Amino acid sequence: MLIIGELINGMYANIALALKERDKKVIQSCALEQVACGADALDISCGPASKNPLIDLPWLVEVVGEVTDKPLCLDSSKPQVIAEGLKAAKNPTIINSTTADIEKLQILLPLAKQYKSKLIGIAIDSKGIPQNKDQRLELAARILEQAGQSGFALEDLYLDPIVMPVNVAQNQIRDILETIAEFKMISSPHGKTVIGLSNISQGAKNRSLINRTFLTMAVASGLDSAILDPKDKELMDTLITAELILNKNIYCDSYLEAYRKR
Amino acid sequence: METQLVLEKWPGSISVVTIGAKTAEGGSRSQTVQIGGQTALPLMFKEGVMPNRPKIAFEIWDIAPVDFEQELMTAYGRAINDPFTWAQVCVDEFKADLICLKMQGTHPDFGDRSPQEAAKFVSKFLNQIKVPLIITGSGDNAKDNLVLPACSEAAKGERCLIGSAVQDNYKTLVASVLADGHSIIAESPIDINIAKQLNILISDMGLSLERIVIDPTIGALGYGLEYAYSIMERARLAALSGDKTLACPFICFVGQEAWRVKEAKADGRQGIAWETLTATSLIQSGADILVMRHPKAAENVLWYTDGLFRGQ
Repeated sequence: MLIIGELINGMYANIALALKERDKKVIQSCALEQVACGADALDISCGPASKNPLIDLPWLVEVVGEVTDKPLCLDSSKPQVIAEGLKAAKNPTIINSTTADIEKLQILLPLAKQYKSKLIGIAIDSKGIPQNKDQRLELAARILEQAGQSGFALEDLYLDPIVMPVNVAQNQIRDILETIAEFKMISSPHGKTVIGLSNISQGAKNRSLINRTFLTMAVASGLDSAILDPKDKELMDTLITAELILNKNIYCDSYLEAYRKR
Repeated sequence: METQLVLEKWPGSISVVTIGAKTAEGGSRSQTVQIGGQTALPLMFKEGVMPNRPKIAFEIWDIAPVDFEQELMTAYGRAINDPFTWAQVCVDEFKADLICLKMQGTHPDFGDRSPQEAAKFVSKFLNQIKVPLIITGSGDNAKDNLVLPACSEAAKGERCLIGSAVQDNYKTLVASVLADGHSIIAESPIDINIAKQLNILISDMGLSLERIVIDPTIGALGYGLEYAYSIMERARLAALSGDKTLACPFICFVGQEAWRVKEAKADGRQGIAWETLTATSLIQSGADILVMRHPKAAENVLWYTDGLFRGQ
């Protein structure tokens, strides 16, 4: 499972401040802490507070690239910002993200190919958030079709069913889990799957418990990757255990430690 | 349409373990032996590399063997009564790359030699026999905990492979091996979960995973060989998929298992066949060191290995 650390994001106060004051140390230690906790890649977002993401995102990318070689997940809804991030990156990259809108796909797919970047495609378009499984599958099919046509390797494509908060769209969560499994039935070769985990508990109490419970269900549905807080130890322990139960790793009494020794 | 072969590409690899140290490396061996380093399943040469062939280690005891079959006694003749001559014959006549010295004479029921005597014996052995050395205890845990540290110290700097550590008795041996610069055999009872756990316990004491050789415990042909085979295969699949805690080479004690079965006891030639077939099957499941008893069986396995690696 590809674990993408979510903590370098301008919506967090410490990162917003570090970004404003160009304080490398805060950003870099946040990167290293996440890697130490098991992040395989790091999400990089300057968040809504940034007045100039075209400059802020490349700065974050360079600063993080100074301390780790892990892949960076360039997080912005604006293709120009992504393009600036890609230019600045020495690390492998994942574009986060494109929607299923054709005009956006036509910009980001060539960009991903040019920079040999992976790409997250969210099952959403300008008409809004899908309300059921069929709409999600239709949007994913559109992304897969465009990717296939442009010669983008489908195994480098991560499809996101778009997770809704449990206290907003409780009736949709089962659909979302089923979508994770069914995304892989749309095409062959199939794309991979990713979720932004923390969305599930947005605005709720007991966030960590909700996150790890949902993650277990998603992993059992065949999830390949998640954007999450790797510093949540109980969450990581739950993930390692879920993968163990699914026979992804060989059991031993110290399996948690064994996973972290990889 | 031509059928295309599907080739696996593995992210992991097996670690390389070196046995023996030459003078320049602080030892006194005439050569060193490397095992491991595979990047694919055994003999899948198109999928990855297998830089080191499986090696045969001749099993030698520190006393004249007491329960060996007549066929084995005959194969070595009078030499088998003296460990030094016995080992020298293995090196000179049978071209042994490695000797596996079993300190059977320290067992309470087989002479009960003291740790001091054992250490003296190992020093003398190292002086006379110059190929890299594997040293194993007599199998009596309490005694091994006294004997093996003494042997380890006597062989300091020679980069031996010493065993065996087991799940409920590993700390003493790990500490010695760590201090004296050797590698360790980690033995588990045909159980992949324990093999993995033991490797973690050993590495937690500071001995790196790259200095561990797994003894998965094997059964001879017809006596559980397939269980060992599948455990080894499963460990390899995990290791090649990236599980470093299982990415160690394997040592298989073939001779002692093959000559234990009634088919081998009934007929010497059948015994040779039994030892040969047990060893060649284990090569296919990933064995890196085969500890063997009969020189003819060893010769058969060498011939078989040459065939497998021809053109590589």
